[in-house]
Amino acid sequence: MALLENNFPTFMQGFGYTLLSSIIALIGSMILGTGFAIMQIMPQVWIRKIGNIYVQIFRNIPLLVITFFFFLVVSKYVKMSGFTSGTVALMLYTSAFIAETVRAGILSVDAGQMEGARANGLSFGQALRFIILPQAFRVALPSLGNQFINLVKNSSILAFVGGLDLMYQGNMIAATTFETFSTYIVVGIFYLIITLPLSYYMQHLERKLKHAA
Amino acid sequence: MVTLGIFSAFTPQNILYLLGGLGITVGVSIISVILSLIFGSIVGIIQFERLPYFSKFVGTINNVIRNLPLLLIIFCVYFALPKIGIHLPIFWATVVAMSTFESAMLAEIVRGGLESIDRGQFEGARANGLSNMQTMFYIVLPQAYKKMIPPIISQLISLVKDTSLAMGIVLAEMTYRGQIVYAQNSTYIIPVLIAITLVYFILNYGLSLVARWADRKLA
Repeated sequence: MALLENNFPTFMQGFGYTLLSSIIALIGSMILGTGFAIMQIMPQVWIRKIGNIYVQIFRNIPLLVITFFFFLVVSKYVKMSGFTSGTVALMLYTSAFIAETVRAGILSVDAGQMEGARANGLSFGQALRFIILPQAFRVALPSLGNQFINLVKNSSILAFVGGLDLMYQGNMIAATTFETFSTYIVVGIFYLIITLPLSYYMQHLERKLKHAA
Repeated sequence: MVTLGIFSAFTPQNILYLLGGLGITVGVSIISVILSLIFGSIVGIIQFERLPYFSKFVGTINNVIRNLPLLLIIFCVYFALPKIGIHLPIFWATVVAMSTFESAMLAEIVRGGLESIDRGQFEGARANGLSNMQTMFYIVLPQAYKKMIPPIISQLISLVKDTSLAMGIVLAEMTYRGQIVYAQNSTYIIPVLIAITLVYFILNYGLSLVARWADRKLA
């Protein structure tokens, strides 16, 4: 407990950076992921191909490698801190998973919905926006929540590039106080504060959706 | 400058060194996946069986582990366990950390798979005189595993990717060895990162093709 008291500002700073990175990456990856999901259901084959290639690449390589790519290579041309490069990598990586989730959600919507909307005079874009996507997101919500939990956990990758996040601060504190055990427990509790309630809520939502279906 | 790096970064020595890293990556993955399949199944079955108190207890621990970053678990096993007298070499510390985390993930998949099996299968098996255990092993689990193969393979893909986190405790797997190689010369950074990316991609994309094939075959 003395450990927590003495290092409270540091822990809180790390917690703040973890939250900040997660939220930025979440918003970015939701937008990007939805974009790539839509690309994969477009009528044009070449657009579908591009969307698919993006998703396959980012899903199949480690987040750490993407982070290093931004931290070591891109930062030479565009100035960015460890925090920024980690967050951008996190965003791109998660967007591939979100694209898969949203795509599955879109595919779960009956094809008749699109046909009906088009027959009623809506354009492809309008049908997507007002008819298909709202239904798709409802189906995808539990898995999107799980992706967000993964995102929060994956944000610990920032520790590798000096991203000042919870894991990084935890390592620093562990290295200076030598109280590795209690430090990592405190770090774990901080992560659980974000992830555990979300996880229980998602389980609840999943059960509710299953009963509704 | 970049082209220079491409030609000189991949000396036979460096290639062999990186391939050795790949071997460690694959080794950690295979041992961890076997261990986590065993433990994950056990924990999943315990959660599914709803034994009084015990299942709730195991389920809560499972949820806690699942919601922690793997990196934290790796650091915990390697840096914190020695405090209570458990010293593990880097390789086995990684295996223990990965198996703990992946077991928790797989337990969720196993539980989901079991819950997707029709109640009638249990009742039918019990009515035919099979014991509870027999029903589980001969009737329910085989069907559940069939459904679980695709999610298990995607979990395996993330396991392979996550081995890269072990460079945090200086396990000489591929990503770490890549860093050693490009530390020699900054022009090596791009070619080495691309090579590593390619190897991971081929490995994991191959696995995802297997998952897709299995999905089609079993559906």
